[in-house]
Amino acid sequence: MQQEGLDDGPDFLSEEDRGPRAVNVDLEMDATLQVDISDALSERDKVKFTVHTKSTLPNFKQNEFSVVRQHEEFIWLHDSFVENEDYAGYICLVLCLADPRPDFDASREKLQKLGEGEGSMTKEEFTKMKQELEAEYLAIFKKTVAMHEVFLCRVAAHPILRKDLNFHVFLEYNQDLSVRGKNKKEKLEDFFKNVVKSADGVLVAGVKDVDDFFEHEKTFLLEYHNRVKDASAKCDRMIRSHKNAADDMNRIASSLYTLGTQDSTDLCKFFLKVSELFEKTRKIEARVAADEDLKLADLLKYYLRESQAAKDLLYRRSRGLVDYENANKALDKARAKNRDVLQAETNQQLCCHKFEKISESAKQELIDFKTRRVAAFRKNLVELAELELKHAKGNLQLLQSCVGVLKGNT
Amino acid sequence: MVLDCGRKPENQHASCRKTPSWDSKPRTTFYQLLHHTTSRSQWHHLLLHGVSVIHIGDQQGSLQPPTFPIPSLPPGTLSLTTRTMASSADRNPPPFPASEEPQPELSDMAEGDSDEGEDIFVSNSHPASVSRGVSQPEEPADLFSEEATTTAKPNGVHSDDDDLFAEAQADLSSDPSSDSTRKDLSSSSGPPSARSPAALQPTSLEQLEEDEAKDIFDVDVAVTNPEKVGDGMNAYVAYKVSTRTSLPMFKSKAFTARRRFSDFLGLYEKLSAKQSLHGCIIPPPPEKSVVGMTKVKVGMDDPSSVEFVEKRRAALERYLQRIVSHPLLLQDPDVREFLERDDLPRAVNTQALSGAGFLKMITKASDAVSKMTIKMNESDTWFEDKFQEVDMEEQQLRKLHAVVDSLVNHRKELCMNTAVFAKSMAMLGNSEDNTALSRALSQLAEVEDKMEQLHQEQAGSDFFIFAELLADYIRLLGAVRGCFDQRVRAWQRWQEAQSTLQKKREAEAKLLWANKPDKLQQAKEEIAEWEAKVTQYERDFDRIGMTVRKEVLRFEKEKAKDFKSQIIKYLEAMLQSQQRLIKFWEAFLPEAKAIA
Repeated sequence: MQQEGLDDGPDFLSEEDRGPRAVNVDLEMDATLQVDISDALSERDKVKFTVHTKSTLPNFKQNEFSVVRQHEEFIWLHDSFVENEDYAGYICLVLCLADPRPDFDASREKLQKLGEGEGSMTKEEFTKMKQELEAEYLAIFKKTVAMHEVFLCRVAAHPILRKDLNFHVFLEYNQDLSVRGKNKKEKLEDFFKNVVKSADGVLVAGVKDVDDFFEHEKTFLLEYHNRVKDASAKCDRMIRSHKNAADDMNRIASSLYTLGTQDSTDLCKFFLKVSELFEKTRKIEARVAADEDLKLADLLKYYLRESQAAKDLLYRRSRGLVDYENANKALDKARAKNRDVLQAETNQQLCCHKFEKISESAKQELIDFKTRRVAAFRKNLVELAELELKHAKGNLQLLQSCVGVLKGNT
Repeated sequence: MVLDCGRKPENQHASCRKTPSWDSKPRTTFYQLLHHTTSRSQWHHLLLHGVSVIHIGDQQGSLQPPTFPIPSLPPGTLSLTTRTMASSADRNPPPFPASEEPQPELSDMAEGDSDEGEDIFVSNSHPASVSRGVSQPEEPADLFSEEATTTAKPNGVHSDDDDLFAEAQADLSSDPSSDSTRKDLSSSSGPPSARSPAALQPTSLEQLEEDEAKDIFDVDVAVTNPEKVGDGMNAYVAYKVSTRTSLPMFKSKAFTARRRFSDFLGLYEKLSAKQSLHGCIIPPPPEKSVVGMTKVKVGMDDPSSVEFVEKRRAALERYLQRIVSHPLLLQDPDVREFLERDDLPRAVNTQALSGAGFLKMITKASDAVSKMTIKMNESDTWFEDKFQEVDMEEQQLRKLHAVVDSLVNHRKELCMNTAVFAKSMAMLGNSEDNTALSRALSQLAEVEDKMEQLHQEQAGSDFFIFAELLADYIRLLGAVRGCFDQRVRAWQRWQEAQSTLQKKREAEAKLLWANKPDKLQQAKEEIAEWEAKVTQYERDFDRIGMTVRKEVLRFEKEKAKDFKSQIIKYLEAMLQSQQRLIKFWEAFLPEAKAIA
C-alpha cells in the first residue's frame, strides 16, 4: 500500500507508523472495515484520491476494492451526514479541509516566480530553491491526502455511521458519483442557514440545561474551544518563525559557500566546512519545524474542529430540547382549548422521542470525544517529545563532530 | 503539473535513516577550558599561543630596567613566559638591528639544557641587548617572574581565570599539536621563579617566531560598566576602560579610566591623522547612532536600550583590543594617553554637526576627487590584486551579514511567538478536565517557555558573536582599503613633486638662458629643495608600500584567526543550546507518557 512518490526529495524518508492515524488514535482497526487512501494524483486543478477498502462485511460485493474519488465527492458525503436528521446525535465527523486548492496555488505561484528569476541566481541557488519548493508542494499535498483519509477512517470506525448507505456507495461505486459542487444559489442558502444557526445558537445557549452532565459539557466545550483556537493560531505562528529561521540558515550556508570558494586558503576551507554544517543543521531544523507542525499544530487544528462539531451537537440537542418544550406548551394550550389535541400529542411525542434519542447518543459521543481526545494528545505529545529528542541529538552530534574537526584543523 | 504521490504516511519528515552514535568522546580539557573562558579574542590568543608577550623596551633608548618584585611563579608558567620574549623580539619595530646579533649565539645554546640560563642571559645583555633593559642577572629573572604572574592573569578583571589559566598552561604543554621546540620548553616547566633558564629560551623562540609568526601582546584592555551620566539630552554613557599591562611605557601596571563614546572616536581621529600616513590599517570604531543614543538618553531601562549599550560596549572593547594588539599603534602616545589619563579633553571634532565635522566631509570629498583625476601607474600587481580581493570580500561579507541579521530577527520573532504559545498552552491545560492531560499540557507550556529562553540566548549569540564579527570585518576591510588609498596618495605626492621639480628645472634653464644671476641662485635653491622632496616622497612611497604589504599580511592572519575562533565559539553556543534542549524534552517525555 505504501508507494514511493516519484518526486521524493531526499528529505522524505519512510516512517513506520501510519500517518493519518497519528491524529486519531483509537480507531478500531478491525477487519470488518478498513479504509485508506492508497494513492493520489494531482492534476492541475483537481486532486484524485484512490480510496481503497478492505472489508469482510457481507453487503460489499468484494472483499477488497478501490475507487477514485475527488474532493467534491468527499464534501458530498460529509454533507449527507450533516443533513441527515438521524445523525443529529452524532458529532459530525470533521472534514478538516475547506478547500485544498489555495495552498497549491501559492506553491505554484512561487515555482513560477522562481522560473522567472532564474537568470538572477547562481545555478546552485536555483536548483536548491527549486528542490525546496517541490518539497513544500509535496508536503502540502501529503497533508491533504492525510486529511481526507482521516475523515474516511473516522466514518469507518464509527459504529453507526459506518453502516450508512451513502458511505457504502461512496466506497464501492466505481463510476463517477456525479456530485456537482454547490452552485451559487445553494452556497447562498448555506450562508444564510449558518447565520440563522449562529443567531439561534446564541438564544439556545442561554437555556439552562437541567441535566448536569450536559450543562457541564456546554461550559467546558465553550471554554475549551476558544482556547484551542487560540493555541492553534499561536502554534502556527511559532512554527512559521521556526521555518523562517531554518530558511535563513540555508542562505547563510550558500553565502559561506561563496566565501569559501574564493580561494584555497585555510580560512576558505574553514568556511566550506562551516557552510556544510549549516546545510545539514538547517535540514534538521526544517524537519523539527515540520514535525512540530504535524504533531502539535495539526493536532490542535483537528481538535479545534472537533470541539466545534461537539458544540454543534450540543446545539442540536438544545434545539431539540427547545422544540420539545415548545411542543409541551403547544400540547397544554391545545388541551386547554380542547382543539387539535391529538395532533399536538403526536407532535409532542415525536419531539420527546427525538430529544431523548439525541441526548442519549450525544452523551455517548461526548464521552467518546473525551477519551479520543486524551488518547490523541497522549500519542502526539509523546511522539513530539521523541522526535524533538531525536533531532536534537542528531543536531548535537553534527555540531560536535564539526567543531571537533574545525578545532583539530586550527 | 502531475505529481504522483504514493501512499505515504505523514511523518516522513521525521525519521532519520541513520542512528547517530551517542558515545562520542568527550573533548579534551583544553577545549573545555576554551569553552569556559570569556568571550574575548584575546583569550583565544592567549590560550592558543599560550602566552602574552612582554616588550622589554619598546623604543630605542627608552629602557629603564623595570623594578619588579619577585613573586612566586605558579608552576608551569615558566615555559610560556619564555616564549614571549622571543616573540617580542620579532615584533619589535626596525630600530633593533643590534639586538639581532647576539641571538644566533643564544639560539645554539637554546637547544641545550634550560638550566644554563643565567650566564647566557648575561651574555645577551651586551651591545644592543642592553636595550632590553636587563643589565643585571637578577633583573631578567625578576622580569620573567613578573611576566609569569602577569600572564597568569590573562584576561582583564576576572580573577577566577587564574586557576583556569594555570590549568591551561599545563594542558597546553601537553598539547600534541604544538611543535617540537615548544615541547622542549614545556618539559622545562617545573622549577619555579628566579630561574633565568627563562632567559635562555628567548632566542630559540625568536627563531620560532619567525617561522610561526605568532601574535602576542601583553596589554590587556577591557571595557565595562556602562553608566549613564547626566540627564536629558546632554546625558551620555561613560564606560570604564581598564588596562593591565607590564609594559614599561605605562606608568603603572593596572589602571582604569572613564571614557565616553566621543573619546573613542577622538582617538580614532587622532590615529588616522597620524598613522595613516604610514599606511597602517587602523581599526575603525563602532558607528555613531543617533537613534540608539537618543533612546538611551531618554531612559536606559528598556530591553532595546540595554541591548544597544551592550552592543556598543562589546564593540568598543574589541576596538581597543585591536588597537593595542597592533605593534605600531600601541606605541602611539595618543593611545597611551587614552588609556591612562584621568581626564581627557572632550573630542569635539567628532561631532557630526561641528565645524570640524564639516571640514572632514569636505576633505573627504576632495580626496575622492583627486583620486579620480590621477590614475596610479601600478608597477606592482600585488597591490591591485589584493585590492580586488578586498573589495570582493567586503561585498560578500555584507551579503552574509544581511542574512545573519535576518536570522537574528527571525529568531527573536520565534522567541516571542514561543512565549505567546506557551501561555496559550498553559491556558488550554487549565481548561482541560482530564487531570493527567492537563498536567502534561502545563508541562508542555513550561517546556515551551524554556525553549523561548533558549531561543533568546541563541539570538543573542547569533548577534553578538556572528553578526558583530561580520560587521567588524566589513568596517575593517574599509580601513584596509583606506590604507591602500594612502599609498596611492603617497604616489601622487611623489609624482606631483616630480613634476614641480621638472618645472623648476625648466625655469632654471630659462633663467640661465636669460642670464639673470640673482634669480638663478634662488632657482638653484628651489631645485635643491625639490630634489630633496622628490627623493623623500619616493622613499615615503616605498616605505608605505612595504608597510601596507606587512599590514595586509598581518591583517589576514588576524582575520583568519578571529573568524575561526569566533565561529567555533558560535557553534559551541549552538551545541550547548542543543544539549539543554535535549534535557528539557527528556524531562517532558515521562509526563507525556503518564497521560492516561
